[in-house]
Amino acid sequence: MPDLCGVQLRGPILNASGTFDAIAARRAFGDALLDAFPFDCFVSKTITVAPRQGNPPPRLWETASGMLNSIGLPNKGLDGFLAHDLPELARLPVPLCVSVMGFDSGELARLVAAVGARPEVALIELNLSCPNVETGVLVGADPDATAAAVERVRAEAELPLIAKLSPNAADPAAVARAAEGAGADGVSLINTIRGMALHPTTREPWLGARSGGLSGAAVRPVALEQVAAVAAAVEVPVVGMGGVASGRDAADLLAVGAAVVAVGTESFRDPAAGRRISAELAAIRSARPAAERGRVG
Amino acid sequence: MTDDRRPRTLAPPERRIAEVVEARRLGAYDLIVARDAIGPANPRPGQFYMLAAGERWGADGDGRPYLPRAFSFARVRPLPGGQGADLSFLLEDVGPGTRRLGELAAGDPLALLGPLGHGFAPPPEGRRPLLVGGGIGAAPVLCWDDELRAEGVEATVLLGFRGAGHAAAADLFVGAPEVCTDDGSVGRRALVTEPLRAELEADPAATVYACGPEPMLEAVRALCAELDVPAELALEAGMACGYGACFGCVVPTVDGYARVCVDGPVFPADRLVAHA
Ligand SMILES: Cc1cc2nc3c(=O)[nH]c(=O)nc-3n(C[C@H](O)[C@H](O)[C@H](O)COP(=O)(O)OP(=O)(O)OC[C@H]3O[C@@H](n4cnc5c(N)ncnc54)[C@H](O)[C@@H]3O)c2cc1C
Ligand SMILES: Cc1cc2nc3c(=O)[nH]c(=O)nc-3n(C[C@H](O)[C@H](O)[C@H](O)COP(=O)(O)O)c2cc1C
Ligand code: FES
Repeated sequence: MPDLCGVQLRGPILNASGTFDAIAARRAFGDALLDAFPFDCFVSKTITVAPRQGNPPPRLWETASGMLNSIGLPNKGLDGFLAHDLPELARLPVPLCVSVMGFDSGELARLVAAVGARPEVALIELNLSCPNVETGVLVGADPDATAAAVERVRAEAELPLIAKLSPNAADPAAVARAAEGAGADGVSLINTIRGMALHPTTREPWLGARSGGLSGAAVRPVALEQVAAVAAAVEVPVVGMGGVASGRDAADLLAVGAAVVAVGTESFRDPAAGRRISAELAAIRSARPAAERGRVG
Repeated sequence: MTDDRRPRTLAPPERRIAEVVEARRLGAYDLIVARDAIGPANPRPGQFYMLAAGERWGADGDGRPYLPRAFSFARVRPLPGGQGADLSFLLEDVGPGTRRLGELAAGDPLALLGPLGHGFAPPPEGRRPLLVGGGIGAAPVLCWDDELRAEGVEATVLLGFRGAGHAAAADLFVGAPEVCTDDGSVGRRALVTEPLRAELEADPAATVYACGPEPMLEAVRALCAELDVPAELALEAGMACGYGACFGCVVPTVDGYARVCVDGPVFPADRLVAHA
């Protein structure tokens, strides 16, 4: 059984934050969703202190083997999340990780303290890297800003903290080392890569927020390189993600040092993608001699 | 915005493979019938499926289509035994996804997820159903008309099309829908909202159900608001997932942004905010 920062997981496949709404999925699929839950740990959509409507539509653009999104972190805010979403997410058959984003370090500290006080929560992911929102600076692109943010919130909760890194950084490994040095128990990557598309006839930006983040198969080689660089730079476990669509993609990320793997955009193509990828990964692993198997975390 | 009183048949929680059993050209549209042996026999009219060709999806040379595409089912025929159904889809070629699906032939695999979203709610006592379809929006109107007929209700059906090629879709209807075309090649030369106004002014004790292009839906919404007639509108939006996972498919409503895939695609017209 994989262990992620001290939390026992039944398997190595998580969902990527913001790519699976277990509450909406339960409305669409009923309890059958829980009987064969596609992930071994559930990561919530990123929440913020204040409720957010998200960006104006259109929010999606399909690219060659991928997609751009400018969702803009719609969420009910901290109080709404704790009152309405957390009790429902606590009924999922797997440990819960809550993703949080603060627009300043005080907000982030408040989120970590409030979420960390809830016994339903096993892990907290610090989203330092969302490129869609005007944070002024992108904390996750800068080692010093990342270290300061993690240091500020470290004492607010006893739960493991996973720092989600931005791929839009000059040196993700340096940011990862800064997060680890400031007390992060793990790091996760990659988030979406900034991108843009124009309306086919007007040549105006297509997305309501003008630019967005690229995900899906198109980002897979970028993710593999960054996960390899980060895993080589830190001791803490690495959650690898970016374009994972098959057991082989998951095995690749594990081979370069990820402890566990998250599935994002592929779940849009099939809500059961996580389960299929787990099965494919298990088949790949059992087909190889034990000595060759990658680190399981 | 959640209104779980509106009809919804649950989908199996995974993408499955159906077999195309019929594929043909219908005027300007393509019609495919898929044998979905695993899914429910009773999707609700207005619900939709996410479809992708089972093979060579993404083979148009530019890495698209990548995501599945949303389609209302146009007709359902339960399979013997109570499980599974033959599902008809009416397709309009507007890009790489619809083109690839239109190329499917009998025997080909079709990947599908659904039924998704909410369907049309039955009309309240004392109100007659008035169904309005524009273009490819005829698809959910067809299965809603089928279902009302099966319950012994003969609804008034008004359909609008660009011209004769598209109006071929009217031939799928069991009754005799009133057809309007932009060019007058079939039926009346009018916008479908003209006969709709006449119907509602003659007898406003109706509930309107409409699906079609945005300007048509906006005209229906405004007309029904003016005449104080309840209406349910089936909307479209660009979708990545179809089951509430991505938050990509939102439309503005009086309660803020709502996801078309899980909060719709059928919305009560009075919940929607007029588009600028
Ligand atoms: C609930 C619902 C039910 C529907 N029912 C039906 C139905 O019964 N029959 C039917 O034919 N259609 C139906 N549609 C519409 C159908 O889903 C779209 O026509 C289809 O997704 C288009 O895919 P495409 O690849 O052919 O075209 P695309 O290339 O995706 O183009 C479609 C439109 O999207 C925009 N667009 C262009 N390029 C991109 C891009 N790269 N990324 C994002 N957007 C782009 C443009 O506005 C273009 O006109 C329904 C839609 C919804 C939401
Ligand atoms: C529609 C969408 C919404 C996302 N929302 C969030 C979010 O709320 N928080 C976050 O940390 N990452 C978010 N992400 C990024 C994903 O978690 C993931 O890092 C990225 O998509 C790469 O993985 P993938 O290629 O498997 O999708 C989002 C991605 C997508 C496509
Ligand atoms: S299409 Fe993904 S949330 Fe509606």
